[in-house]
Amino acid sequence: METAKAAFVKSLPVMAGYIILGTGFGILAHSAGYGFLWALAMSLFIFAGSMQYVGVGLLSGGASVLTVILTTVMVNARHLFYSISMLRYYGKAGRYKPYLIFSLTDETYSLLCDGKVPEGSDPDRFRFLVSLFNHSYWVLGSVIGSLVGGILPFSTAGIEFSMTALFIASFTEQWITAGNHLPAATGLLGTLLCLVVFGPDNFLIPAMVLITLLLTVFRNSIGDGKKVDA
Amino acid sequence: MRTDAYPALLVALMSAVTILLRAAPFLIFKKKAPAYVMYLGQVLPAAIIGMLVVYCLKDTSLQAPPFGAPEWIASLLVVGLHAWKRNILLSILAGTAAYMLLTQLVF
Repeated sequence: METAKAAFVKSLPVMAGYIILGTGFGILAHSAGYGFLWALAMSLFIFAGSMQYVGVGLLSGGASVLTVILTTVMVNARHLFYSISMLRYYGKAGRYKPYLIFSLTDETYSLLCDGKVPEGSDPDRFRFLVSLFNHSYWVLGSVIGSLVGGILPFSTAGIEFSMTALFIASFTEQWITAGNHLPAATGLLGTLLCLVVFGPDNFLIPAMVLITLLLTVFRNSIGDGKKVDA
Repeated sequence: MRTDAYPALLVALMSAVTILLRAAPFLIFKKKAPAYVMYLGQVLPAAIIGMLVVYCLKDTSLQAPPFGAPEWIASLLVVGLHAWKRNILLSILAGTAAYMLLTQLVF
C-alpha cells in the first residue's frame, strides 16, 4: 500500500499532462472519423503520444503499410535510448518486465530515469505502478476526448504546450541536480544544430546520431558517467 | 461505408513496431550490456530530454511575427517557475495556461 501511494504521488506530475494530451488525441481522432473504440484501442496498445497524433493522420490518409512502419520507426526511434538507459533497472524486473518495457513512454521515462525509488518500497513494483498509473491517465484522457468530441465550450488551442512544458520542467530539474551539464547541453545544442541544418521534418534521426557520437567523444571527460547524477 | 479492417491493421502495426523498438535493447543485451552501452544509458537521459525540448518547439517560426513570442515567454516562465518552486505539476499548468492565453488572446 505504501508502494502504491508513493507510486501515485510520483505519477502526479504526468497526470494533468496525460489527461489533457490524451483528451486532445481523443478529440483529434474523433474529428478524423475515428471514435471511442479507435481512441481506446490506440491508447491501450500503442501508448506513444506523438505517434498517436501522427497515427491519426496516417489512418485518415489511408497510408501504405510501409509508410506506417517507417514513420513509426522514425517517430519512436528515441525509445531505443530510453530502453538502453533502463537496462540496469528493468533487466531483472521479473514478472513486471514485459509491461515495464511496453509502457516506457517519454513521460514515464522522465519520471523513472534517475533510478530513485522511495525507501522501503519494492523497486520493480513501484516502477510498474508508476507506469500503470500513467497508462491509465492516458487512456482516460483519450476516452474523455473522443466522447466530448467537439462540444467543449472553450477553445483548446495551444493545449499541446503541456507536453513542451513537461520536458522543459524536466530539463530544468535535471540541470539543477546534475553534477555535469555536458550531456544536457549536448542534447539541447546538438538537436538545435540538426534542426537548423536538416529542417523540422528530418532532424530527429540525425540529432540522435550526432548526440550519440558527441557523447562517445566526451566519454573520457565525463569519466564514464561516474560524476553524472542524472 | 468504410471498411475497418485496414485501419485496424495499421493500428496493430504501429503498436507492434513501437513495442519492438522498446524491447530491442533488452533482446540484444540479454545478460549484461557492454560498458560503453551502459555509459550511454547513463548520459543519454539528460541529452534526450534536451532533444525533446527542441523537438516540441521545432515548428516555432522565428522568421515571421510574432517570432515565437508565445513559445519564448511560456518556456521562460516554465524555467523560471520551476527553478523557483521545483514543482513539475505547477510548472506545466502555469506554462500551458500562459501559452493558451498568449496564443488565443494576445498574438
